[in-house]
Amino acid sequence: MRGYISYFKAELKAGLQYKTAAISGLTTQFFWGIIFALVYTSFYRHTSIKDINLSQLMDYVWLNQAFLTLIYIGINDESIIGSIKDGTVAYELLRPYDLYTWWYIKLVAKRYALVMLRCMPILVFAYLLPEPYNLSLPFNVISFLMFLLTMFLGTILVTSINMIVNSLAFFTNENRGISSIIYTIADLLEGSQIPLPLLSGIVLIIAFFTPFRFIEDLPFRLYSGHIDYMTGFNEIGLELIWIIVLLIIGRLILKKALSKVSIQGG
Amino acid sequence: MSFITVKNLNKTFKVYERKSGLKEAFKSLVKRKVKYVHAVDDISFDIKKGEIVGYIGPNGAGKSTTIKMLCGILKPDSGDITVAGFNPFKDRVKYVKNIGVVFGQKSQLWWDIPVMDSFDLLKDIYKISDEDYKKNLNELIELLQLEKFLHTPVRQLSLGERMRCEICASLLHNPKILFLDEPTIGLDAVSKVRVRKFIKEINRKRKVTIILTSHDMQDIESLTNRLIVIGHGKKLYDGTLSGIKHKFSSTRKLEILYNNLVKVPEELNVAILKKEKNRILLEVDNNQTISNIVKVYSDYCEIKDINVYNKTIDEIIYDLYKEMNL
Repeated sequence: MRGYISYFKAELKAGLQYKTAAISGLTTQFFWGIIFALVYTSFYRHTSIKDINLSQLMDYVWLNQAFLTLIYIGINDESIIGSIKDGTVAYELLRPYDLYTWWYIKLVAKRYALVMLRCMPILVFAYLLPEPYNLSLPFNVISFLMFLLTMFLGTILVTSINMIVNSLAFFTNENRGISSIIYTIADLLEGSQIPLPLLSGIVLIIAFFTPFRFIEDLPFRLYSGHIDYMTGFNEIGLELIWIIVLLIIGRLILKKALSKVSIQGG
Repeated sequence: MSFITVKNLNKTFKVYERKSGLKEAFKSLVKRKVKYVHAVDDISFDIKKGEIVGYIGPNGAGKSTTIKMLCGILKPDSGDITVAGFNPFKDRVKYVKNIGVVFGQKSQLWWDIPVMDSFDLLKDIYKISDEDYKKNLNELIELLQLEKFLHTPVRQLSLGERMRCEICASLLHNPKILFLDEPTIGLDAVSKVRVRKFIKEINRKRKVTIILTSHDMQDIESLTNRLIVIGHGKKLYDGTLSGIKHKFSSTRKLEILYNNLVKVPEELNVAILKKEKNRILLEVDNNQTISNIVKVYSDYCEIKDINVYNKTIDEIIYDLYKEMNL
């Protein structure tokens, strides 16, 4: 256990070194946040949408930008796939630790390192914006606590999907195909492109039966009070089941991969 | 008592083949031709505790495959491996605490963080006690002269510095066995000598059993007494270094520098490798004496100087590979 904790700290520390990348990332997120805020405001001015009000939608937009690196499914660690391709993964197997847990920690640490460098400036900026473009304070204390819990669970869930995709790299050597399909679908069903409450029909039904909506849709709507506590609790229960299922699938794939791994050359 | 036992070890890899060209590339989408490569073909050997063994062979001979199976990261197709009482593949997680590994072409340190942080992390991974860690680390730092760059991120180290750190990292948990896969690859002369000296020292001090693969014959010559040579997955030789020299080196070279050679003496049955003005290079069989040749030549010319060259270990290995059609 101590090894895993130290590893988390080391990876976090390593991730915090990249300040230039953080600044350029921030610029992009400010830009997108502003664009989305402007587009949705004018959209609301000319239509009447009852599914979610503008202020709740603004929360959705800004939280999405502030916590993007924590929840965006495309945040992966290239070094994992790289190590599978070039065989450095052999070294990992020479260590007395569980590889799944190890990589999992690496991915979570990376997400936290990225978000720690980015979220504060965006949150402060978004709170200070004039209405209706601004990020509001949480609906109330309970919804804020539930937001924190579901953000944490969302990170766990999204990382377990990343782990499945990464483990599949053992079988294909070239994993960009699989990952881009999964990530594109997930991106839509997460609500990262268009907030889920604005979607309708078949997409919404699919979103309901897949785990992706727990990643960001649930925490953001809890924050703004768009989902009440009781629904929230039910959703969290469902999310926990999804997490367990995804963790087991990922572990099984990795186990299968490692039993037939062949490390060539060098 | 043998410490490492390998018995009838086999490993076959499936390799997909396709001819060059676009048409063939499309064909291979539908049907792929499979070739089986016997990377390791019925290899057996025993190694005693505290031995340093050189495991050599040309590229693609199956060296690394054997090492990987010995390390427990590759599953043998058949055959038995026992190392320090463990079955490496089956008991991997328990077993790997007992071994240290350096793959010269790959890094085990964390790229982004300072060397010292990597070491601290290893301490926690291997659950090394504070006391052991401190003692061990100080000793290794001194022997490998690492003080200067302990706080530099690994990505900024030179290859020689990194390799020394890699070796240190592989020894922090005091392993009983050390696998070194081309530990001096790409290093300059000074770093090579330093690494060799250290390997010897650690073997002497801690009685670590060392298995070394290298293409650098000076590594082998300066470090090992025992040599296992493999080619095409088969064991070709297992014995001492002097044994292999004796077996595969039946000639030596004689260089004579002279003035006024009347003619090349014909009564001698030696091959002339090179003849220049005032210099001749001969290949002399071991059953002929140098003194006899010099004596004959001295009747035909005025000898200024002579040099005798024994075959270097590189040449011997070259002959060996050639003889075995590798």
